[in-house]
Amino acid sequence: MLALNNVEVVYDGVILVLKGVSLSAEEGHITTLLGANGAGKTTTLKAISGLLKTERGEVTKGNVELDGERLDRLLPFDVVKRGVVQVFEGRRVFENLTVDENLVAGAHSRSNTADVKAGMERVYGSFPVLKERRSQSAGYLSGGEQQMLVIGRALMSDPKVILLDEPSLGLAPMVIEEIFSVIRRLKDEQKLTVLLVEQNAALALEIADHGYVMENGRIVLEGPAEQLRQNSDIKEFYLGLNEAGSRKSYRDTKHYRRRKRWLS
Amino acid sequence: MPEFEWQFTLVLLTNGIMIGLMYALIALGFVLIYKATDAINFAQGEFVMFAGFLAAVAAEIAGMPFWLSSLLAIGGMVALGFGLERVVLRPLIGRPVIAVVMATIGLAAVLRGTAVMAFGAGTRAIVMPVSDEPFELGPVMLPPVQLVGAGVSLVFLALFTWFFLKSRIGIAMRAVADSQQVAMAMGINVRRYFALAWAMAGIVSALGGVVWGTMLGVDNQLALVGLKVFPVVILGGLDSIMGAVIGGLIVGVVENFAAGYLDPYVGGGTKDFAPYVLMILVLMIRPEGMFGRRRIERV
Ligand SMILES: Nc1ncnc2c1ncn2[C@@H]1O[C@H](COP(=O)(O)OP(=O)(O)O)[C@@H](O)[C@H]1O
Ligand SMILES: [Mg+2]
Repeated sequence: MLALNNVEVVYDGVILVLKGVSLSAEEGHITTLLGANGAGKTTTLKAISGLLKTERGEVTKGNVELDGERLDRLLPFDVVKRGVVQVFEGRRVFENLTVDENLVAGAHSRSNTADVKAGMERVYGSFPVLKERRSQSAGYLSGGEQQMLVIGRALMSDPKVILLDEPSLGLAPMVIEEIFSVIRRLKDEQKLTVLLVEQNAALALEIADHGYVMENGRIVLEGPAEQLRQNSDIKEFYLGLNEAGSRKSYRDTKHYRRRKRWLS
Repeated sequence: MPEFEWQFTLVLLTNGIMIGLMYALIALGFVLIYKATDAINFAQGEFVMFAGFLAAVAAEIAGMPFWLSSLLAIGGMVALGFGLERVVLRPLIGRPVIAVVMATIGLAAVLRGTAVMAFGAGTRAIVMPVSDEPFELGPVMLPPVQLVGAGVSLVFLALFTWFFLKSRIGIAMRAVADSQQVAMAMGINVRRYFALAWAMAGIVSALGGVVWGTMLGVDNQLALVGLKVFPVVILGGLDSIMGAVIGGLIVGVVENFAAGYLDPYVGGGTKDFAPYVLMILVLMIRPEGMFGRRRIERV
């Protein structure tokens, strides 16, 4: 189990972004972290993967544990060795490397070449379209293919836990469907633990087992995905976001109940 | 008369190709650093000079055979590369590129100065154990020293090309060059690869120092071959080994043609600046160089 206990994160020594976040991702489950832009979701993932340190961010309180072992003092490549890998938002492929080479780079933490080969075949089994493009520069793939590639590349490290940052952003519904079904299969078949950050709550709650809602650096709501799907506050929060086009605080929406329900 | 012209051209061309390969070797050192760390190494010529000194002094004073003094130069330059990365460049990671550039300019001056302090200002020789008799290939005479130099360059350019395309470490280095942050997220120890890039540049500079030192003699002036790196990489692209080869060949050939065809009319000098004129022209037409990667634009 991956657990954050009361984590506080500060950037540049002064900017307090996470204000005591506690959450856990059960082994072999999909846990989703929802919230509007700027809530602190990406920061949460970086606190886990150790990449905060590359942006002058720091865990100043609390800790991050994987099966009881502390992660928050490790450097990013050591976190990957422990089996936790982060997939950035925005489909950050290695543009100048081919699809094959992207996957090889993803397997950097593994020493056995045969494992790398086998991992590659497994990724190509999950995303057959990548196999057709294997010797193409990743920069020239479509958005959906790039998203598949960054997920496949992360899987090359043979992780126990994968941290996915807004994988659906900007993709067509059919592509999202395909990617999410692969994620679900990985969870079912390989007992992969998934922490899925999304702004698209409807989508995320469909495949997640458990969910958290973050706002302004704090967890404001949590529960089984089923329960969150039914939660009227969530519906209204995301409704407000959708209809008015401007962001509305989860707390604000609590005060004036709205009528329409779309999230089911 | 026309037949003589034809032979003359052929001589200039072969000479240009051999010299060009040796330029490419030096440019390779520059490209390795740029690829891995985005830093422009203005001390590349000084690396070459320093390596030349190491080899020359080892042979002269310690009486080492050529191959051993060359190995010593390689070892010394690897150590220097690692050391400089550790002491000078690592603290600059994350700073603006200009900071790194200025540091390498400072490094160049320091290396030139310490070389004189340590090894003296006189010109030393590196003697390659090959015959002085030129190798005759039809109308073209090939000095064995140049042949060896071109051969060594070719072998190492091929080796490094293979390394970057096929080996896992080479692919990881390209991943680091592509995006340091993403490389880190994939479990790549980015700093280790920065150090490796400087060490590899050290190896290449050592080979360049031996090859060029044999031809030109070793003193402070040897660092000036480093200046040729700029037209070479601008013509070929800062981050491409293939580009370094092609850029090197173009510079070598243009230089020789300028020396053969233009210098007699203007009384000399064009050989030295012709590659730079070409460089400026290319900069105006295709700023990323002829073979450099273009940013892939995608929304
Ligand atoms: N490197 C950084 N330095 C300073 N502030 C940052 C940095 N990264 C993110 N922030 C701030 O932290 C807050 C949360 O950002 P982020 O974690 O990216 O949110 P989300 O992923 O939920 O959109 C934002 O206000 C953002 O401006
Ligand atoms: Mg984010």
